[in-house]
Amino acid sequence: MSDAAADWPDQIYALFKEHGIRQVALVPDAGHSRLIKRCLADNDIKVTTLTTEEEGIGLIFGGWLGGEKGVLLMQSSGVGNCINMLSVPIAHRTPCPMIVTMRGDYGEFNPFQIPMGNATQTVLEAMGTLVKRAETPEDVAPTVNATLRLAFNTYRPTATLISQRVIGAKTFGK
Amino acid sequence: MAETNLHRMHRFDLTKRLVAKLQREEAVIGGIGHSNFDLWAAGHRPQNFYMLGSMGLAIPIALGVALAQPARRCFALEGDGSLLMQLGCLATVATLAPKNLTMLIMDNGSYQITGGQATPAAGGADFVAIARGCGLRSAVWATDETDFDAQIDRCLATDGPHLIGLKLDDQPPAAQTERDPPQLRDRFMRGMGVKKSKLPG
Repeated sequence: MSDAAADWPDQIYALFKEHGIRQVALVPDAGHSRLIKRCLADNDIKVTTLTTEEEGIGLIFGGWLGGEKGVLLMQSSGVGNCINMLSVPIAHRTPCPMIVTMRGDYGEFNPFQIPMGNATQTVLEAMGTLVKRAETPEDVAPTVNATLRLAFNTYRPTATLISQRVIGAKTFGK
Repeated sequence: MAETNLHRMHRFDLTKRLVAKLQREEAVIGGIGHSNFDLWAAGHRPQNFYMLGSMGLAIPIALGVALAQPARRCFALEGDGSLLMQLGCLATVATLAPKNLTMLIMDNGSYQITGGQATPAAGGADFVAIARGCGLRSAVWATDETDFDAQIDRCLATDGPHLIGLKLDDQPPAAQTERDPPQLRDRFMRGMGVKKSKLPG
């Protein structure tokens, strides 16, 4: 039996392969670092490091238009950067799966992360995104699987929010 | 030649010149507003995509298509005001360096569709210099229509990524694009050869 507490990033990577993901667009977050390393090491996955999460909505859309499945990885603060751009997958009826590592929702130390972290699910849902939360390491793989299936089978933006209870609240050594 | 002294050209004329040179089902992503209106007016092709919203995403969308279909040349037509919203994408393109991507910057110096207000580039921002500063070595201003034709030929014959800056006048667009986003997306995917459907299209 695998150790979900440590292996959930590898389980997400395995789901990417199972679903035929060819493009991964991201603004880096520490919570995604192990998954990002796995994707970078895979010659069949094109990894794009973005200057802003908005770019990623366009990139994932363009990839779909060209026949490739993509996923957007970001931190909850990045969700706020791309809200208007969610009009693209909504208006065109295209998949836009997002995997969001949360800040500001459980044991956060940085006051600046609280407003966006607390609003992440609300604003995504206000823009028509189907949102599911993973609160434990065991939740992550089934929730990401559901997020990918919902996106690619029903043609819309979907998101898994990975709780700070899974990632561990950052302290920067404090 | 100093960027501010360049001959100003017509967007519709240049768009027609571009489309006339596309013989190999090249993808063209028309940015929001007049950039895609004139692409529409130049005559619909199955490989044209028209953006009705998401200001600034013409280049990221074209990049996604270019990465997905490396054997197909892709063009992004992006306005100057739109590019100012997403300048970082030039660094992203320079880093990924897709050989099949060309970006045309439709620079009329204004937000023409909202009444012709000057953009913040009026202080002297030079989009070709910005692109070169981001690492895009093949970035040039087209000096006139003849030079534009030659630059497009070069982009069709050599590895990119390429960027061409186009100084435009304030001629209004020649038509307006139809506004049915799922239909525009479906037709483009058929044009890209990725939509397999028994439904007539």
